[in-house]
Amino acid sequence: MTAVLTKRRNANRRAVTGWPVRLGPVALLLKPRTVLAGFVLLAGIAAVTVTALGTGEVDLTLDEIVAVLTGDGEPGPQFIIETLRLPRALTALTVGAALGASGALLQGMARNPLVSPDIIGFTSGSATGAIVSFILGADSLMQVGAGALAGGTAASLLVYLLAYRRGGTGPRLVLVGVGATAALTAFNSYLISKAPIHDAMAAQSWLVGGLNNRGWDHVTVMAAALAVLMPLVAVAAFRLRALELGDTTAQVLGARAEASRLLLLCTSVGLAAMATAIAGPVAFVAFAAPHLTRPLTGGRPGPFAAAGMGALLLAGCDVATQRLFSPVPLPVGILTAGLGGCYLAWMLATSRRSHR
Amino acid sequence: MTTMEEKPVQTASRLRAESVTLGYPGNIVARSLTVSLPDDAFTAIVGPNACGKSTLLKALARVTGTQQGSVYLDGRAISSYGAKEVARRLGLLAQSATAPEGITVGDLVARGRYPHQTMLRQWSDADERAVNAALAQTGVTDLAARFVDELSGGQRQRVWLAMALAQETSILLLDEPTTFLDLGHQYEILDLCARLHAGGRTIAAVLHDLNQAARYATHVIALAADGTIAAEGPPEEVITAELVDGLFGLPCRIIPDPETGTPMVVPRSRNTVPAAHYS
Ligand SMILES: Nc1ncnc2c1ncn2[C@@H]1O[C@H](COP(=O)(O)OP(=O)(O)O)[C@@H](O)[C@H]1O
Ligand SMILES: [Mg+2]
Repeated sequence: MTAVLTKRRNANRRAVTGWPVRLGPVALLLKPRTVLAGFVLLAGIAAVTVTALGTGEVDLTLDEIVAVLTGDGEPGPQFIIETLRLPRALTALTVGAALGASGALLQGMARNPLVSPDIIGFTSGSATGAIVSFILGADSLMQVGAGALAGGTAASLLVYLLAYRRGGTGPRLVLVGVGATAALTAFNSYLISKAPIHDAMAAQSWLVGGLNNRGWDHVTVMAAALAVLMPLVAVAAFRLRALELGDTTAQVLGARAEASRLLLLCTSVGLAAMATAIAGPVAFVAFAAPHLTRPLTGGRPGPFAAAGMGALLLAGCDVATQRLFSPVPLPVGILTAGLGGCYLAWMLATSRRSHR
Repeated sequence: MTTMEEKPVQTASRLRAESVTLGYPGNIVARSLTVSLPDDAFTAIVGPNACGKSTLLKALARVTGTQQGSVYLDGRAISSYGAKEVARRLGLLAQSATAPEGITVGDLVARGRYPHQTMLRQWSDADERAVNAALAQTGVTDLAARFVDELSGGQRQRVWLAMALAQETSILLLDEPTTFLDLGHQYEILDLCARLHAGGRTIAAVLHDLNQAARYATHVIALAADGTIAAEGPPEEVITAELVDGLFGLPCRIIPDPETGTPMVVPRSRNTVPAAHYS
C-alpha cells in the first residue's frame, strides 16, 4: 500500500530537475550535479595551484604566496613565483583546459567515448609538422609549435575531406582518421630515421610533451587562444545537444548535421592545436578528462566541465613530475601517458554499460 | 507562385511533395511522386518493405533533399526555411534513432526543445512545461531519471516519441511508431496518436498493421514497391482485397472489424500441404 502511494507521489514529481538560472540574455537549466562538479573542480584547481606555487626546492607559505599574488611580496618569493612557478602553472592549467574541452567535443561528435585528437589524425600530423620544423632548423619552442599547429591542422582537414562523401562524414571520420594516423606515424618514423641525430633527438624529446622552460609568452598565447575559442566551444556545446542524437534527429531538430560537425571538429582541432603548439603532444589528457569528469557530473560531461578536469589533471601531473622526480623532472607527457594507459585499461575492464 | 494560381490545389495541405524524385546515389526510390498530407488528418502510410516510406518521410521533413521537385510547407518551398523554423512546425520520429550512451530519459526528452532554444536562452518555462507534458502523455514520467540505454525496446520507443512531442510541432511524422512494442503498448501509442490528432495536430504515421491503419487513420496512402502511389483516400476505399494482394502478395478477405466496422484484413488460409503430411 505504502509502495503504491510512494509511486503515485513520484509520478507527480517534477521530471526535469535543476535550477532555472537567468542572467541578462542568458537562461540555463543548472543541474545540481553540474554546480557541485564546478565547485569540486575549482577547489581542486586551487589546491593544485597552491601546491605548484608553494613547493619545490624552496617551500613557500600560503601567506607568502598570497602576498606575491596581491603585489607586495618579498623579492625572493616574488622571483620564484613570478618567473619560475606561476607561468608554468598557468601554462599547465590553460593547456589542460584546452585539451579537456577538445576531447569532450570530439567524443560527443563521434558518439564514441574512445575518441581523442589522436584518432582523427591530429596528433600524428602535428608530430610531422614538428619533426619537419626541427629538420628545417627551428630553434625556438614557438617555431616548433607553429610547425606542429600547421601539421596537425592540415592532417585533420585532410582527414575531414577524405571522409567527406555524399554530403556527409559521419562515422567515416573516425575510420579515415585511424588510417591516416597509421600512415602518418610510419612517415614520422621514417623522417626521424633519416634526420640528423641532433634533430632526431630534439624531435623525440618534443614528441613526449612537457612543460619545462615554459614562460609568460606561452601563457599569453594560450590565454589569447582560449579567449577566442571558448565562445566557439559554447556554440559547439549547444549544437552538440542535437548532433549527438544522430544525424537524422539533429536534422529534424533544426541543427544542420554536417555544418555542426564541421564546427565541432574545427573548434576541437583549434584547441588541441594550440595546446600542442605550446606543450607538445601531451598524451591522454584530451581522452581521459571527459571520463574522469563523469563521476562528478553523473553523466556525459559537457566541454566546460571536461576543460576544468583537463586543467586539474595536467597541472596535477606536472606538479607530481616536478616533485616526485626532482632534480631531473620527468616530462609530464610520460606521466599522463602512463596514468592514462592504466586508466583506459581499468575503464574498459570495469565499464558497467557496454559502449555503443 | 503564378503556377499555383493557375492550378488551384484541391485539398488544402500544409505539407506536400510535388513531383519529387527521391533516392540515393545509384538507387532511385521514387520518381515524380506527388503526395500531400491532408490538413488535420491522421494519415497512415502503408506499403511493402523497402518501397520508400522512410525515404518519403525524411524528404518531407527535409532530413534529406530531393533529387527533383520540391517539398512545400505552408505554401513555401521547404528549402527556403531556416533549419529551426522547419523544426518548430514539423517533427519526425525516425525509425532507427539511437541515444548516446549515458543520457537520461529526462535529458533526452528535453533535447526535443532544441528548435525553441538558442545558445544563450537554453531553458524557459515553456520548455519545462512541454517536457513534463510529453513525459506524462507517453507515460514515462517515472523513467525520467533512468538511463535510456537501460530501458527495454518498448520503453525506449515511448521515450523517443516523448522527445518528438516535446518539440510541440503541429505536424508530426512518425516512422513505424509501433514497431518493437507489445500489442498493448501498440494500441497505447495509437490511442495517443488519436488523442494528438483530436487535439488538432496533423499526424502521418508509417504503419504495418493494416487493421490498425484502418481503425485509427482518417486517410491512407498506400505506396507500391516501385515507389508510386497505389491508392489513397479514406481507409474504407483504399484497403481492398485487390490492393492487399497487389502490394503484399497476400490473398485475403476484407471483413468489417467487429468492433469498429472499419475494414479488417483476414488472410486466406495458405496451408497447401496435404493434411496427411502431418500424420
Ligand atoms: N541510407 C541509404 N543509402 C542507400 N540506400 C538506402 C538508404 N536508406 C534506404 N535505402 C534504400 O532505399 C529503398 C527504400 O528504403 P526505405 O525508404 O527505408 O524503405 P521503407 O521505409 O519503405 O521500408 C530501399 O531499397 C533501401 O535499400
Ligand atoms: Mg522504413
